[in-house]
Amino acid sequence: MTIAANALHRRTLAVAGTELELFEAGSGNPVLFLHSGQGVTANDPFLALLATKRRVIAPSHPGFGKSALPDWVDSVDDIAHIYLELMDRLELSHVDIIGCSIGGWITAEIATKVPERVKKLVMIGPVGVKTGTPDKLDVPDVFAMPQDKFAKLIFHDPEKFRPDLKTMPDEAINVMARNRETLALIAWEPYMHNPKLKHRLHRVTAPALFLRGESDGLVSAEYLQRYAALLPNTRIEAIAKAGHAPQLEQPQVLFEKVVAFLDA
Amino acid sequence: MKAWHFSENAYPYLPPAEEYESIRVNLPNKNYDPEKGAKLYDRFLDEWLIAEDEGMEIMLNEHHQTATCVDPAAPIVLGALARLSKKARLLILGNPVANRRQPVRVAEEMALVDVLSRGRLECGFVRGVPYEVLPANSNPVRMNERQWEAIDLIVKAWTSHDGPVSHEGRFFHHRNINIWPRPYQTPHPPIWISTTTPSGAKRVGSRGYVQATFLTGFEGTRKIYENYRQGWREGGRGNDVPIDRLAYAALVYTADSEQRAYEGADKLLWYMRANKVPFHYQYPPGYMPVPAMAQVMKGAALDQHAALKDKMVVEKAIEAGIMMAGTPDQVYAQVKWFYDHVGGFGHLLIMGQAGFLEHDDTVHGIRTFAREVYPRLKADYPDTKISGLETETAGVGRSEQSLRSAGMGVVNPVSS
Repeated sequence: MTIAANALHRRTLAVAGTELELFEAGSGNPVLFLHSGQGVTANDPFLALLATKRRVIAPSHPGFGKSALPDWVDSVDDIAHIYLELMDRLELSHVDIIGCSIGGWITAEIATKVPERVKKLVMIGPVGVKTGTPDKLDVPDVFAMPQDKFAKLIFHDPEKFRPDLKTMPDEAINVMARNRETLALIAWEPYMHNPKLKHRLHRVTAPALFLRGESDGLVSAEYLQRYAALLPNTRIEAIAKAGHAPQLEQPQVLFEKVVAFLDA
Repeated sequence: MKAWHFSENAYPYLPPAEEYESIRVNLPNKNYDPEKGAKLYDRFLDEWLIAEDEGMEIMLNEHHQTATCVDPAAPIVLGALARLSKKARLLILGNPVANRRQPVRVAEEMALVDVLSRGRLECGFVRGVPYEVLPANSNPVRMNERQWEAIDLIVKAWTSHDGPVSHEGRFFHHRNINIWPRPYQTPHPPIWISTTTPSGAKRVGSRGYVQATFLTGFEGTRKIYENYRQGWREGGRGNDVPIDRLAYAALVYTADSEQRAYEGADKLLWYMRANKVPFHYQYPPGYMPVPAMAQVMKGAALDQHAALKDKMVVEKAIEAGIMMAGTPDQVYAQVKWFYDHVGGFGHLLIMGQAGFLEHDDTVHGIRTFAREVYPRLKADYPDTKISGLETETAGVGRSEQSLRSAGMGVVNPVSS
């Protein structure tokens, strides 16, 4: 299957007083895609595939990409509330949600607030809960490590997938810096989790697929298991030759697994 | 002009730098010997008191989880100095209020020191360097906004005297603010703020607080002061900015011979040479604006650091305006040279001890400066003098003329 460049259409929409950037494509049953800390672009290979089967809606979170960041927003919970309003505006009354990394965290927050509106969840290398002991970080500190180490934890094949900062256009590198800044704003403390979330996840009765790239250095297999165990109706699968971003490294495999789960 | 003796209370007895990744944040404290540390505290306190005896003022600062400055709780050392010293002004520069969870507690600590010292406190506030956000677990995003809200809250706590007041702000919440003691000075201790950005300096100027800047050299300092003066005027504080509103921190070493001075000055450069800190501690996300951070990510910082490395010899550091070193005549001329270039400043913050500059040499530097340079600076630059460059406004011109007529250039400021 070939993937068209700029496969997704970009528009902006004011939601809850926040100008959001939305990427959309395809038709059929809607899927809300919530990106990781790395953001989302119109050329996302996984979303291009998904749009062949589904109506895909992928917002840039407030403060990411070209979406505005209101002064009052400083948490994942704030973003989840903005997305509740987005779901109202787009009339997504019963919708599948896919979340990667912090996008998985936002997905979990939404699902605890309106479990009846979530049809199925796909959580790809999700963060958002604290499952281990106080004296060890569940997720390695991404704000305190060299970029090459970060690339090794994120990618199965860092040499192939890490961005080349020297040749990247200014606009793209600005977006990258902004994404990182907003990630720090919302995930700095408590680090990469909401302490309340694990006490709320029992409400999420929708079927949930927990996925993890086998080379993911941020979200461990143990973490994913303990996370999934907090929801009543989950299953776990691994993706070979992928790290924390299987949507970039293994879009075809991910696409097949996700569609199989959503269509089942 | 006032001169302040400033020591970072460094702990220099470290393994070779190749053996550790960073002198800050993750250097294990097994490398710190408390016995040696205790002797250093005694020594640095003694040196501050010697500076006081020589007529200088006292300045200290605070850093965290680092061997470069083993003073993670400056208010405690300030409390000791308040009792040990008798007449010097006591400048803490400063309280990292964007990293402190309770500004009201900071207001209490500072009020206590002000009373203990009978009103000798000069209270500085700093945003904190980027490598402090991890030690404080402090979010690097929106630090400026937090800092200013904290400062305003502290001023409110200091100046409210009729029972509890409250604060429900963006970042801080206090329902019952009613500090005991209240400050000794009225309405409150003088406030100093360090900033290195033009917009920050404008804001400090509009408030009329004392603006301090560290090691920003000739051009950087000139720009910061210009912006301060602009902010001062736009803030409706009148046309004339007294020089006592502006402070500059430099590495300063004065000795009876040029050779001895350069040897001592070279040891002061330890501050810059030893500051081994990896990129990911120096540039936390959000600490600088996005476009600047993007340039850093592209490699701009590497060029800056390479340029800085070139300044790590005494002559280059003097030419860059981050160091004043030599015989008394040379140091005097260098201060004047700098003063004229930046438009005038009223406080020289002297980083007069570092690394392996031992006690006797530190004291020689303090005494030589205090006895042979300082009196001339005080005579030339009384606090009421006006700061400004000829290019700024017509109104400043006349003051500027008198400022210029102080003269300079009788001695080659770099080397004879």
